[in-house]
Amino acid sequence: MSATTQRGRGQRGTGASLALHATLLAASAVAVFPVLWIVFISLGPDSAWQQPGQVIHHLGLSNYRFVLLHSGFPHWMLNSVIVAGATMVLGVFIAASAGYAISRMRFPGHRQLMWVFLVTQMFPVAVLIVPLYNLMARLDLLDSYLGLVLVYCTIAVPFCAWMLKGYFDTIPREIDEAGRMDGLSPFGTFWRLILPLARPGLAVTAFYSFLTAWGEVAYSSQFMKTHYTLAAGLPTYASSIRANWGAMTAGSVLIAIPAAVVFLLVQRHLVTGLTAGGTKG
Amino acid sequence: MTTATVERAERPGRPARSKEPGPGLLKSIARAWDRHWYAWAMVAPVVIVLGVLVLYPLGYGVYLSFTNATAQNVATDIGPVHVPASYHFVGLHNYWQILSGQDGDFYPRLEWTVIWTVACVGITYSIGLGMAVLLNRPMRFRLAYRLALILPWAVPAFVGVFAWRLMFNSQYGVFNDVINVVGLPSQDWLGTPFAQKVAVIIVNVWCGVPFMMVAILGGLQSIPNELYEAAEMDGASPLQRFTNVTVPGLRPVTSTVVLLSTVWTFNMFPIIYLLLGSNTSGDTDILVTFAYEKAFVGISDYAGAASYGIVILLILVAFSTFYRSRIKTEQS
Repeated sequence: MSATTQRGRGQRGTGASLALHATLLAASAVAVFPVLWIVFISLGPDSAWQQPGQVIHHLGLSNYRFVLLHSGFPHWMLNSVIVAGATMVLGVFIAASAGYAISRMRFPGHRQLMWVFLVTQMFPVAVLIVPLYNLMARLDLLDSYLGLVLVYCTIAVPFCAWMLKGYFDTIPREIDEAGRMDGLSPFGTFWRLILPLARPGLAVTAFYSFLTAWGEVAYSSQFMKTHYTLAAGLPTYASSIRANWGAMTAGSVLIAIPAAVVFLLVQRHLVTGLTAGGTKG
Repeated sequence: MTTATVERAERPGRPARSKEPGPGLLKSIARAWDRHWYAWAMVAPVVIVLGVLVLYPLGYGVYLSFTNATAQNVATDIGPVHVPASYHFVGLHNYWQILSGQDGDFYPRLEWTVIWTVACVGITYSIGLGMAVLLNRPMRFRLAYRLALILPWAVPAFVGVFAWRLMFNSQYGVFNDVINVVGLPSQDWLGTPFAQKVAVIIVNVWCGVPFMMVAILGGLQSIPNELYEAAEMDGASPLQRFTNVTVPGLRPVTSTVVLLSTVWTFNMFPIIYLLLGSNTSGDTDILVTFAYEKAFVGISDYAGAASYGIVILLILVAFSTFYRSRIKTEQS
């Protein structure tokens, strides 16, 4: 029924249709161009950024060969995958259990906890980074995966818990009641019944925490001395005496493409998950 | 389920309370524990992580902000020799330095930070809303447009920033070529303070629109179609339908995303820091990037950075408290 009414409302003249498509095409071009541009430059020789016109005549993968075989890139990539993956798993799990408790149980402190989640979004890097650095040094967690994962959890978890609380609110409580009737514990209900139903919400939070860790700069460049992550490693191409923009672009493409592909595959869930969290949080 | 738990828990509780008039603090804690331990256990991991890694450093940061700690006088180990800390308590000195404008041009910087935040959030929201409204209707290639428009979100911020740095290059950058085609003059985008400010806003908007668009698109889809049908029956024009149905329907989404993106933009670190790097004249630093440079560039001024951080945090807490209370009065 809604399809027919939408068609009725959506009917446009040729002019309006052209304007709509022209606007969207222009916007899409702006959105996509910077990404295509680095892909384009990365395929040229390493001076390609100075003569973009020459790239067409000298297409090649020399930048990629340099990045993958003669630099620390594979090592940084591995570090980033480990850190971001661990942040994702740990972050989503603890955010989900907290979000579920806040959504379903009325306990002293639940309001304050929601408030804390919001306030932690406001903490500037500058106020936490020095004390965290000291704390990590004392716990011997500097330059370790675990330290960075825990730090990233503090960024990702409050937001994820906030979103997931909103998502759990949209799941009918009757399901919990049925689960309790069948003799499941509250945690059992959460684990066996609610988590599978919350898959779209979990997908959003998983990707949010993954991308947070994948793209974070400030902490990783201060805390990791040998185990560089991608965000800490990539700028080293530019900080040498002569900035190697060829390596920079090739590295950027290698970082962006897998993230973008996976992201675009799950983006349908992103819309539903984000809205549930955003409107009801 | 709530009612069920409350009733189950209250009924045995009530006679006990009347029998013993003063059960004491311990007893009420024990009762609260019995009733709520499950919920507390489920939030415990988050509370522990946040407590250790956010509240403790925050407390330590507050402490540092009352001292004159720098890289030269904190405790260090030089080889086997342990040098004890020699910094001392200076009270509100750091805050006075900041608020009286003697340290780091606080007021001009605050002004630029506010302009940056308002401009970024305003432009991002407008474009996001426009794109969402355009996408929220049946048409050909809709999925392709949506994927293209979401793409900047899928690209890690630091990668996007490097792409733009390349494009903004004054000599070889493609951005000047593109705007020349439109008829605008070339600029030294990463050179002069004003152009730098425009450049960082452009990049931040580019990075931020997809999130807005997706959130608003979700909000649009949650507005019941019947409302539009009814408005149409009443003869409302498309503009009237937009202002009277769409805008009020989006209010919950709007209030959330505007609050979140204001906070994020105010604290946006990587874009300004990585786009301008060491080229910045200092005019383009917002409060957060300035505080970060204080802590890690040159002789690290830990105390100064911490007090800047606390001031930023207080500004944001004040803003969001005010914002939320205004939303609440608007809704009721």
